[in-house]
This record gives sequence, C-alpha cells and structure tokens, in this order.
Amino acid sequence: MPNYTLKINGEQVAVTVDADTPLLWVLRDELTMVGTKFGCGIAQCGACTVHINNTAVRSCSLPVSSIEGESITTIEGLSENGTHPVQEAWKEIDVPQCGYCQAGQIMTAAAFLKENSSPTKNEIREAMHGNICRCASYNRIEKAVELAAKNS
Amino acid sequence: MKSQNKSLSFSRRNFLKTSVLAGGGMLIGFNLLSACKPEAIVPVDISKLNFNDFNAFIKISEEGYVTIFSPNPEIGQGVKTSMPMIIAEELDVSWDKVSVAQGLYDPVNYQRQVAGGSQSIRFGWDALRQTGATTKQMLVNAAAAKWGVEASTCFASQGIITNANGDTLGYGEVVKEAAILEIPENVSLKESKDYNIIGQDIKNVDIHKIITGKPLFGLDYISEGMVYASVLRPPSFGKKLASFDDRISKGINGVLEVVKFGDKIAVLGSNTWAAMKGKKALVAEWKNDAKLESTEDHDTELFKILNGKKFETNREDGNVEIAFRNADKIIERTYESPFLPHNCMEPMNFYAHVTPEKVHLVGPIQTPAWTAIKISKLLNRKPEEIHLAMTRMGGGFGRRLYGDFAEEAALISNITKKPIKVVFSREDDMAAGIYRPAIKYRIKASIKDGEITGYHLKEAAINGNMYGLIANFFPAGCIPNYKVSTANYKSKITTGAWRAPYTNFLAFAEQSFFNELAFELDKDHPTLLIELLQNVKGTKDERIQYSPERMEETIKLAMKKSNWGNTTEATHQGFSAYYSHNTHVAEVADIEMKNGMPLVKKVTVAVDCGIVVNPLGAKNQVEGGVIDGIGHAMYGNFSFKEGTPQAVNFDNYRLIRMQETPEVSTHFVESGLSPTGLGEPGLPPAGGAVANAIHTATGERLLKQPFINELEMSKSKILG
Repeated sequence: MPNYTLKINGEQVAVTVDADTPLLWVLRDELTMVGTKFGCGIAQCGACTVHINNTAVRSCSLPVSSIEGESITTIEGLSENGTHPVQEAWKEIDVPQCGYCQAGQIMTAAAFLKENSSPTKNEIREAMHGNICRCASYNRIEKAVELAAKNS
Repeated sequence: MKSQNKSLSFSRRNFLKTSVLAGGGMLIGFNLLSACKPEAIVPVDISKLNFNDFNAFIKISEEGYVTIFSPNPEIGQGVKTSMPMIIAEELDVSWDKVSVAQGLYDPVNYQRQVAGGSQSIRFGWDALRQTGATTKQMLVNAAAAKWGVEASTCFASQGIITNANGDTLGYGEVVKEAAILEIPENVSLKESKDYNIIGQDIKNVDIHKIITGKPLFGLDYISEGMVYASVLRPPSFGKKLASFDDRISKGINGVLEVVKFGDKIAVLGSNTWAAMKGKKALVAEWKNDAKLESTEDHDTELFKILNGKKFETNREDGNVEIAFRNADKIIERTYESPFLPHNCMEPMNFYAHVTPEKVHLVGPIQTPAWTAIKISKLLNRKPEEIHLAMTRMGGGFGRRLYGDFAEEAALISNITKKPIKVVFSREDDMAAGIYRPAIKYRIKASIKDGEITGYHLKEAAINGNMYGLIANFFPAGCIPNYKVSTANYKSKITTGAWRAPYTNFLAFAEQSFFNELAFELDKDHPTLLIELLQNVKGTKDERIQYSPERMEETIKLAMKKSNWGNTTEATHQGFSAYYSHNTHVAEVADIEMKNGMPLVKKVTVAVDCGIVVNPLGAKNQVEGGVIDGIGHAMYGNFSFKEGTPQAVNFDNYRLIRMQETPEVSTHFVESGLSPTGLGEPGLPPAGGAVANAIHTATGERLLKQPFINELEMSKSKILG
C-alpha cells in the first residue's frame, strides 16, 4: 500500500492506505480523529465536512491520493479548546440535540464566514443548505451563524 | 419518625441507599422506579458501580462537587441534562458544581432504561425529586449531629447547610457522616415557586464535547484490536441467500475475513473502507423466499381492507350507522401515507466482543436491557455475562429501540471471536430499516342541524395498528356517535416505532378532516375544536386521555401568539391541534406561495407539557419536532418495488434542509402540573397545520403524503 504525508491541523502525518481511501476514513480509522462524522458517503449530508486550504469539502468523497500537500483542518483543529467564534456561538445558542451532525455544520459555517463575514439571513440559509440535521436544529444553526458573524 | 403511609415509607427506604466511597465522598444509589432489594449494597469503589439494584447514582465529593450518573439513554432529547437538573434542584446545589456522566446499564433489573415514548421525564419526576430531597435531608441531619442541634433548626441551600447560630458547613464536609446515617422518610419537596434550577435555561451537558469533536457516539468507539464489519443483507424483503463468491473480496487490501451468518454475509476489514469495499465486491445469488411486495400491492391491500368489513373496534360510542342514516350531509375522506425510514444521522452500528468469560457490547441503543436479554438468548449465554455500555446516540427516532444491529455484531463476534464493530453504510441503514408502516385512514362524519353527529375513523395499516389508548384521544367523547376501527395487512417489510408512532400521521389526517368539517359548518377551525371540547368537560369516562381544559388553553394560546386570522395578504394560515404522549400541542403554520409552491415561513406552537424543566432544551425539542413533522409530510417519499426499497441514500431520498425550514416560535402554557414528554408531541400536528394553510392559500386539499408529489402534480396541471 502507498504512503501519504498529510498536513492535518498544522502537523505532518504519515499514513499507509490504499489510494482510493476517502480522507474521512483516514481520519477516523487510521488517525482516530473521530470528530469528523460519517453520514452518507456520497457528499450529500455534510456530516464529514473538513477544510482544505480554508474551503469546506466533503471528506467522505475525497480520495487520500488527491490531497497530499494540501492544508487540512478538522473539527479537532478548528481552534484551541473550542474557542473559534463559530464554536462559541454554538455553545451560546445551545444548538445541538443529538449532536452528530454539528461538527460538519460548524466546519461549513466557519469556512463560509471566512468568505463572507457579514452575511444576510438568506445567504446563511443558502450556505448551510447542504448540511442535513436530522433533529432539525436548523433554527438554532441559523441563529448561531448570525451570532458568530457578529462576534468575529 | 412517624410514618403516615406504610407502603410508601417501605419503598422510600429501599429505593435509596448510601455508602462512603473508598476514594472519599459519598455515593447514593437509587432505583428510579422500584424498591431495590433490601440486601442491596452501594459499591464503595466508583469504578465498580453496581447497576443490578440501583439504576442511577449520585456522587458527592468531599469538596462538594456532585456527579450524577444519568440513567436514561441520550438520543438527543435532552434527558442527560434535564433529569440531573431535577435531582440537583431538590438536592439544592448550584448547577456549576454538578457534572453528569452517562449511567451504565443494568443487565437484568432496569425498570425503565428506555428512551422512547417521551416518557423519561414523566416517569422520573417524582423519584428524581425524592432522591434529591432525601439526600439533602441526610446531609442536613449529619450537619445537625455534628453541631449537636436539632436538624429542624438547620436549612440547606446552594450546597451549604446553616444552623440557627449562623454556622455553616458545606455538603462536602459532612458526606462521610451523612453516608452512614439512616435514610430519612417523609422528606418535604420544594414548591415550584422556590425552584432555582428547574425552569432555567440550562445548556446541554455534552455541548463542549460535541462542538470540539470528542468521541461520544457509538461510531466513535474504538477498542484495542477492533476490526470493522460491513454486512451484505438480502437486497429485497422476501429474498434469501442462495450462494455467494467472496474471492474478489478476499483479495482486497485490508479485508481480513468473510463470514456467513444466516442469510447475511459479513466482511471484516482492518478499517471501515476496506470492509465496505469488500462487501461491494461480494458476488451473491439470492432466491425468492416469499412474495416480493411492491408499493402498489400495499395500496391494493390497504384499500381492500378499507372497503371491506374485517375490522376490530377500538372504541364505540352511540351508533355511527344511525347517525350517518339521519345525516343532512356526509363527508368522507381517505388519507394516505408511505413507509418511512428513520435516517438517524449516525448510521446503525454496534461493537461486540464475545469471549469465554463475557459478551462485551458497546453502542447506541435505546433499549439496553431488552437488547442484552435478547443477545443472551441468541448466544445462549447467562444474562450476567452480557455487559452492555451505552454511548450517546446520533439520533434515535425509534430506530434504536430495535437491537438488530447489536445482534448482528454479537453473532459475528461469536463466530470470529474478534472484537468487531458492525458499521451500516447509509444504503444499509435505509434498506435494512424497521420502517414507519404505510397507513391509510378513512374518516367519515355526519352533519345534522349544523352539528357533527357521527365520526367513524378506520385505520388500515401494515403489520400492526394503533395502540390501545389512541382511540381515546380527541375527538373521543366530543361526538355522540363515535367509532374507531382498525385492521392490518401482514407484510414481509419490517416495521416499527417511528417518532410519535401512529399519531405522526393520524394527527394530519384528523386535523385536515376537522379543517374540512369547519369549512363545511362555516366555522373557524380552532373555534370548532373549542366548541367540541366543551362536550367532554366533566366527563366520567376514565378512558379519555386528554384534558379538554388543557387542550382549550393550548389552542387559545396558539391563536393569540400566532395572531390567528389577522395576517397580511401574502400569508396564509393553517391550524392544527393534537394531544399525544400526555402533552397538548396546538400549531399555526404561516405560509406564502411562490411559483405555485408553498413556503412555510413560520410555525407558532403552544405546548402544555406541565412544568418545563429546561426551557432551552424543551424549545429545541419542539422546534425539531415541528420541522421534522413538516419535512416528512412534505418530502418523505419511500416506496418498494418487488421488495426492494427505491431510495437508499440522500441523493434520491429528500430530508428537509435549511432553506425549507420555517421559524418556529414556541410558547408554553404555564400549568404548574407535573412535567410530561416533549420528544414526540411537537411533531404530529405539524403536517396538518401546513396542509390546512395550503388549503387556505389555494383551496387544494392534500390527502396523501408526501405533499410534494401532489403539489408538483397540481402545479403541472395548472401550467399545462
């Protein structure tokens, strides 16, 4: 099996996996970084969202061979101890119910706010449309993104 | 000490026991619902918590910190936060001194370690308060003894005990003494006006772990040497395994082993991806074992039932046939719903390691005790050899009541003797479901002299029918001639509970029908409901489940908060009210039409769930329930063709997303009564409120879910 050197949360990490292995499973199974979640495996739900060079991407459909040398950020590396404005807003609004999709929601929101620091309500709803929350905590996700924009 | 009630004092003395912890502090073990055995002993080593007799524990350290081992499984309904809040209230400690850990499970004796039916808080309310109050009294008694004063001259608040001289002792300073005192009886409970914690907005106790991506869920659990299992199951209901070829699978990097069990084949991999690839590479032949059913077959069978005479009667008042014969007008409608998968965001998964000594199980399960017993029988092992630990659950919605995935894990580990985790793909999760059954309701009503004189509800469902009490929900007792009849068709498709079983669709049918009746009678929908409720006030019929007074209050609150009947021209409102899971809910949907399609802008909700333990969490449950209800009513489209599910992932199965989501505005009725459930009752009225708003906007009656199919059909008709 081939070796890959990945740059994850600022650190160089070496893994030996098949070339087609999605980043999601490299993170979860090889590196035991389980904050990034498996939801659908076909880039439809957003639970597996991470950042590659500050852009939100679906790690479940991203083969490891395609991302060597890129800068990868996961929920574990978004901030020191949950202090990113988006995470702070999630706490303040008390967004989660079951909590499973929230890492992906937070990663999508963080990348979006980097692009658009003062979004309208409609822009927020559009940006977050790709992430499913089965508990339907959507009202609070919307509010938390608004709050994070205000505070960052 | 005087005992006024022998049986109560007996159970009180036995439902709680204490010990001095080896590591310092006091451990209180209690049994949420039943008296534990007289000989039961609370462990002194915190790592050996014994859940045989006690299903929950409180630890108070010498520093005054309180850890509550919350007994009920957390599926996102908030009980891991709200149940400890109730204990902490009566114990009278400040919430920042409290931490919460998930209780482990009891292999045999758990009374209600089940998340389902919105009943956790309702059943726990008295026992949790008693536990907190009794523990507080023990601490006060210990402090009083230390000071040499009467306990009645001391009081405790915020973790500090004070005597008449103004001396103080912290809880932590008296735990050693308190732990060996006799359990007091007849402790008094706080009045609701004195609550400091109950009624406050308390944040989810796991919030920090959730937002930083810490391992919490079943899928996150890892053990030394664990391997992953991906399971190939029959592709259609009614098929079984004929033969299979695993040569290609075994050649895939990381595939360790392929094992057949029953009609299923497990591919074990050193990582999830390898196991999933290995499963895809299996070449299996299937043979027909039963009729392969399609949605058209189910439609035919359910209509055959509705048009026939083979029904059971769930409730019958007066004589509906006579009412129908004498009517000025008869209205009859048939409402249809499809099967629905649960689609928890965390796909089904479970860990099992079967060894000669024990069966170790870890994972997300709503019914740990039931599942452990099933597995002990399945593997022919003693119940005490089954060790099951619960994880947080990435959603439940009823799916995790069924331990099929845990049984699979146990069977595979039993064959391979490896520590394994079964991981469902989304496709597995949707195709091997235990679905909300497809149901059709036919409702017929008679109107005579401007009154509703007869009401007959017929239910034709797949595999099973509404449980006993539902026939006694509204409008039972309101209409003189009333009948509920049920019958079902036995199908190979596996079905089970889905958030608010039966009522999740029945409420839509009923409240759409009442909307139509109101139109027919030239009355306002909520006004008609309130009029009907007067007929059941003061009833002596103990079967009636709902309270007409509470329902009326709830309806009125929703009307007021939604500005019912006074909206802008572009906004169209729809009303719906429903009682389920001991909670009364009324909802108003505000919609706008855009390009012939409805946009649900806002839903105003009034809820009477008694005392609201944690408003912040409670509102989250209501918001989620309402949006979930709208999402599935609008988009939930699930069908079968020759036994095969026609949607298995989110590319062709639509769940509600952000841009379709209305603002939900929640208002609680302040009844001061004991709390009832909230995980489910917000959902049932939502579909009806939206359907009725669509009728207000367009005049179209939606009779079949998902609405999107009907709406698109009528839109294409209009556009030609």
